[in-house]
Amino acid sequence: MTLLSLRELQAELGGKQVLDGISFDVAAGEFVGLIGPNGAGKSTLLRAALGLIPSRGSIMLSGRDGRTLSARQRALFVSYLPQEREIAWSMTVEQLIWLGRTPHRAAFRPVCAQDRVAVEAAVCAMGVEEFRSRPANALSGGEKARILVARALAQDAPLLLADEPTAGLDPAHQIALMRTFAELARKGHAVVACLHDLGLAARWCTRLVMMAGGQVVADGEPRSVLSPELLRKVYQVETFCAEHGGGPIVQPYDLASGE
Amino acid sequence: MRASAYAILLAALSGLVVLTFVGSLLIGPSDLGMAGSLEGLFSTETSLAQLVMYEIRLPRAVLGLMIGVTLGLSGAVLQGFLRNPLAEPGILGISSAAALGAVLAIYTGLSAFFPLALPLAGLAGAFVAVLLIRALTGANGSTLTLILAGVAVSAFAGAASTLVLNLSPNPFAATEILFWMLGSLTDRSMTHVWLAGPFMIIGWIMLASLARPLDTLTLGSDAAATMGINVGKLQSFAVFGTAASVGAAVSVAGAIGFVGLVVPHVLRPLVGSVPSRLLPASALGGAIVLLTADILVRLIDPGHDLKIGVLTAMVGAPFFLWLVYRSRRNEL
Amino acid sequence: MWKLIRSRRLLLGLVGLAFMSLAPTLPAGAAKAPARVVSMNLCTDQLAMLLAAPGQLFSVSHLAADPGSSALAGEAARYRLNIGLAEEVFLMKPDLVLDGTFSTSPTASMLQRLGIRVEKFAPEASFDDVAENILRMGRLLGQEERAQEMVATLEKGLDDLASSAVPGLTVATYASNSYTTGKGSLSEAVIEAAGLTNLGSKLGIRGAGRLPLEILVLSLPDIVTNDTPTYEAPALAQENFVHPAYRAVLERAQTAPVPASNWICGGPFNLVAAAILQNAAKAAVQSGKHREK
Repeated sequence: MTLLSLRELQAELGGKQVLDGISFDVAAGEFVGLIGPNGAGKSTLLRAALGLIPSRGSIMLSGRDGRTLSARQRALFVSYLPQEREIAWSMTVEQLIWLGRTPHRAAFRPVCAQDRVAVEAAVCAMGVEEFRSRPANALSGGEKARILVARALAQDAPLLLADEPTAGLDPAHQIALMRTFAELARKGHAVVACLHDLGLAARWCTRLVMMAGGQVVADGEPRSVLSPELLRKVYQVETFCAEHGGGPIVQPYDLASGE
Repeated sequence: MRASAYAILLAALSGLVVLTFVGSLLIGPSDLGMAGSLEGLFSTETSLAQLVMYEIRLPRAVLGLMIGVTLGLSGAVLQGFLRNPLAEPGILGISSAAALGAVLAIYTGLSAFFPLALPLAGLAGAFVAVLLIRALTGANGSTLTLILAGVAVSAFAGAASTLVLNLSPNPFAATEILFWMLGSLTDRSMTHVWLAGPFMIIGWIMLASLARPLDTLTLGSDAAATMGINVGKLQSFAVFGTAASVGAAVSVAGAIGFVGLVVPHVLRPLVGSVPSRLLPASALGGAIVLLTADILVRLIDPGHDLKIGVLTAMVGAPFFLWLVYRSRRNEL
Repeated sequence: MWKLIRSRRLLLGLVGLAFMSLAPTLPAGAAKAPARVVSMNLCTDQLAMLLAAPGQLFSVSHLAADPGSSALAGEAARYRLNIGLAEEVFLMKPDLVLDGTFSTSPTASMLQRLGIRVEKFAPEASFDDVAENILRMGRLLGQEERAQEMVATLEKGLDDLASSAVPGLTVATYASNSYTTGKGSLSEAVIEAAGLTNLGSKLGIRGAGRLPLEILVLSLPDIVTNDTPTYEAPALAQENFVHPAYRAVLERAQTAPVPASNWICGGPFNLVAAAILQNAAKAAVQSGKHREK
């Protein structure tokens, strides 16, 4: 089932064309890594797809026109993990994760079993049981990142859009998070994540979409997208590519030498 | 923060509201006493005590309650909405701008012909101020721009009110800037309750409906929008709700400062920092603080019509300085 | 009620006649008397207008022309009005400047430094003070004889009031911002001259002070003065006059419409104020509105 379908998506920021005709589909079961150099339009693409900024072109969420959905309906189809890890008030971790259930709870509807199951699943998936009663602002950066992911998971939407979810995490937590997303995809959800770490993208994503200058320049299997030639052209870096432990290893090691 | 502890907190605050409300009814400059006051309140035959209770003390206590709720609630909503613990109608200049609207309505004689012009003008002034603040600070205003915007709006509105009062041919007008800047509940009547009350209640309903949306706003407006919150609607409810309740409150009692700052801040840790839980607690807390301040005004110096804003500022201004100091340290 | 109005008019007429009979005449020692007098204070304005010879008084303060404050507002139109600025008054080249001790403006001291004679009058708290100020004004303007006549009229008026007093009634003055007058005020002297008791004094207020509305209601005086001042523009200071509790007091007590201008300053017009109060007292007794205390 197609959970996200973009056609000819265009968006401007401050008069500059940031998205220039983006088209691709994301089906259930996919873990899509959105890669590309700074300024390629990755974050803008996620924000445009969520209706957070004005755009032109077609946005379909689970077969429905994303532009006509109400905020609450949209939240049932897609959840979002912003890049900024803002937590304005020091509520407890548990209360914060419960915020993810907001679109499922009409005004005055009491908490139901489904809510509890979703929250518990999110707490377990992110391994944050031990600080569930701690104030969210007292956590370290990595811990904050994990509870915010848990919040997005608790929303239990078929599609998750995550903007640089691994930034600021140590290697163990980065890999744990990628595993979580991959597992989510295996269970029939879909995840689209902006990633800067090509190694993580290569290893855990089922598919990579590479952007540059507001356009999709490559789309497909990680091994096919992450060719040293394309990376040299798009990122201007020399990359070491290999296979190890049943998956690809991709490691940029120097700036590309001039032509 | 367990739900039962929260229920106990709300019950305790409600109890204090009742206590201060009754205190406000029983305490006055005359030697009517508690028995006399109660008799005036409940006796069926018309008496002077009854006149005092129903025409002087009751409107004063009701306005104290309603304006306190308005200040506490709007302070909590503004802090949650702007994600800034220094937001408050007074500091952001919303009260001053509402006062300017009310000053224009009263001293031009408009409200004498059309009484509803008074709360409407206060509402309009507050509305313009909220929009200005919003435009000046943008969606994620820093503490600095927020406070500077408030200073600018306050300074302009205060100067414009002073100008209007100075230009009035009525020799008493010029001194009345004190009332508008500090606020007072002295000798207000039921007319003021009927004029301002409905607007305050409409404002409360709009602000109270923001409880859950404000919770999601804790994670930023993008996150809130993707958790099913209509951010545009949230914004207009916050703007109109604040304008209606604060505008009406200021138009009948002047700009009473710092209640909306101190009350949410003191109560926030007691409700586990959850914005939706802060709203009812802060509304009750605002009522307690304002009713208490109004009782103190009558006890400290009954002969001189001490302005209630003097008391709230004496407590609130040092508190504000402390908050500024602390937020500066956090930003380093 | 028509009786009250008629008798008030009658009295106003009488007082007016008394003023007119003091036809201005240049005194013998005219050479010594100042020829160009400027007054900067509402109270000296009014005494000077009553006593000066034609042409002797050059300018009075702008308040003298305000009917809300001045009993001689019409009269003041014949003079140049000043707002009490040193420069303004100096350029009028006065040989005598009259001012009150109450005003703290530095104008008077500046004029004195410039060599102009300034005489200051203290506000009156009793009819002795009023008589003294009238006589002093007479001496300063070289109009001693007219001043003495005015004091005699004043004393006769006070005697008449004393002989027709209705004892035992209380009156409350109630002004803008809920202010009332108490001990040591001219209003107190006028109220006592009318044979009445001042509520403000009973409550221990000295000079002027706030009378909280609820105390006015609970002490319900027999008579309340209700000269609601009318200004060109509204202000909160006058909202107390539309408060439902105050309206209720007006329904229960006898009202005495004493114009503020008749007792802000000392002068023969104080008798008008006292007469209005006395008429109100008589009406209160007739209508049974006064309470036995």
